Amino acid sequence: MHTQISHLLALWGTLPGIIRTTVWILIITIVVILCVAFLTLWERKVIGWMQLRRGPNRVRIFGLLPGLGQPFADVVKLLTKEVVIPTRANRFLFRLAPMLALVPALAAWAVIPLSPELVVSKANAGLLYLLALSSMGVYGIILAGWAANSKYAFLGAMRSAAQMVAYEIAMGFALVGVLMAAGSMNLGTIVGRQQGGFLAWNWFWLFPLFVVYFISGVAETNRAPFDVAEGESEIVAGFHVEYSGIAFALFFLAEYANMILISALTAVFFFGGWLSPFAGYPLIGATFLGAPSFFWLGLKVFVFLFLFLWFRATFPRYRYDQIMRLGWKALIPVTLVWLGAEMLMAAMHVGPWAGSWFH
Amino acid sequence: MPLTGEATAVLVEILFYLFATLLVAGALGVITARNPVYSALFLVFAFINSAGIWLLAEAEFLAIVLVLVYVGAVMVLFLFVVMMLDINLAELRRGFTRFAWLGWLTALALIAEITTVVWTRGMAGVDLSKGFVPEPAGFSNTRALGQVIYTRYAYPFELAAVLLVVAIVAAIALTLRRRPGLKSQDISLQVAVRAEDRVRLVKVATEKRS
Repeated sequence: MHTQISHLLALWGTLPGIIRTTVWILIITIVVILCVAFLTLWERKVIGWMQLRRGPNRVRIFGLLPGLGQPFADVVKLLTKEVVIPTRANRFLFRLAPMLALVPALAAWAVIPLSPELVVSKANAGLLYLLALSSMGVYGIILAGWAANSKYAFLGAMRSAAQMVAYEIAMGFALVGVLMAAGSMNLGTIVGRQQGGFLAWNWFWLFPLFVVYFISGVAETNRAPFDVAEGESEIVAGFHVEYSGIAFALFFLAEYANMILISALTAVFFFGGWLSPFAGYPLIGATFLGAPSFFWLGLKVFVFLFLFLWFRATFPRYRYDQIMRLGWKALIPVTLVWLGAEMLMAAMHVGPWAGSWFH
Repeated sequence: MPLTGEATAVLVEILFYLFATLLVAGALGVITARNPVYSALFLVFAFINSAGIWLLAEAEFLAIVLVLVYVGAVMVLFLFVVMMLDINLAELRRGFTRFAWLGWLTALALIAEITTVVWTRGMAGVDLSKGFVPEPAGFSNTRALGQVIYTRYAYPFELAAVLLVVAIVAAIALTLRRRPGLKSQDISLQVAVRAEDRVRLVKVATEKRS
């Protein structure tokens, strides 16, 4: 058995790089999609518990845990439903839009370091790549809203586009702070720079930027309380009113994949990615708990995803002008002030700038 | 088993011609599409392909910034406007022949500029018949760019920044107008509101049923 595994590993090593990368891309994509499936279930369960309900509890797999099969039942239902294309809709763009929404959400995983060894691409401009991709996600939404030839969809798309453009700026500025702390745009290096336990992570020195980044992340994914783009009480379901069946499911998939992505990015940029919170601590730091591993990244992503769900169950939806005000007049000034503070800290060699890389 | 140098060069060449063809096709689409929304989308397509060419030239910073700024921000706002405007196409096309000479003039000027750059480069000893020269491993494009921008070209860079700030201020000044009698919400008052300000609890004396 053991020899067989080592044989397989040896075979794996001889494969050309391009095939190995493709296999990794496939594995990561499938895992992300599975995570999305169970995230939808987890969301309904968590919100159910918060509202003293049970949540989905009918479909079982292998008799395990009531409700565990719900995502698969939903997928089968959506796959078998008819995809209705409205008359006078722009057929080509109507079909293209859901794909444009999903592709950036999945492509971004290429540069995210999952563990010290495991990353598909060690791109030097990883952070910029992520910013560029997240800014492309808005095309799926505005094209969906426009191509559907429906007033509600169009209003939803316009709201969403304005919101995403506004919060992208705050997000970008928050990432400038991360960039200044790490001195690199490579995500692996950004994680590596945060070595040294819970208090050495970026969130401690860049706390305002972390808050701004996470809020902007919630707004970028169009999640509650920033979900005016869907606003079912005013514009039915916003940009995806006219979508049904699997085309609707693609938008759903994109939204949840983006949630996982934002959680992973928050963990990488501000909470040390795969680093252990106990690294460098006496006693516990020397055990397996102090070692960096994928487990820690997974745990952090899980915590941030829970925050997304918690927000949705807690906060009422913002009014449109309040969203714009928060983005432009509150979050962007906060980032600018903190970037100034960071410059001072760097000039005086405080905290992460104690090293010699920044002069 | 990494690809050999020869195979990589062939691959780069194939990709270059692929991106270049798509870029030219996209650019033609911009000016031939009847629907302005399609024109804007063709322009996005052209931007993405030119970013691909820049990536082949190992200018990853410029390539990604092109996508980030033009595709992610500028074109989104363009689409915004184009989708909302009710454009009369017949009206737009009326001036076409009258202003065609202006278009030709611009095109000629651009061609002249490109030829001059290529020519002077050739004079300066850059071999243009070969493809992009690969940079040594570990070369950081971003760092190199930062080093010249903040030292050699510091003044032009700051001048551009000032110009942009002036443009922002001008845009806001042009659109900012105060209409008399306009009712709007004072958000800081809304945020600072307390329950005592809004709800008055009163004790009403019960009346005897007559």
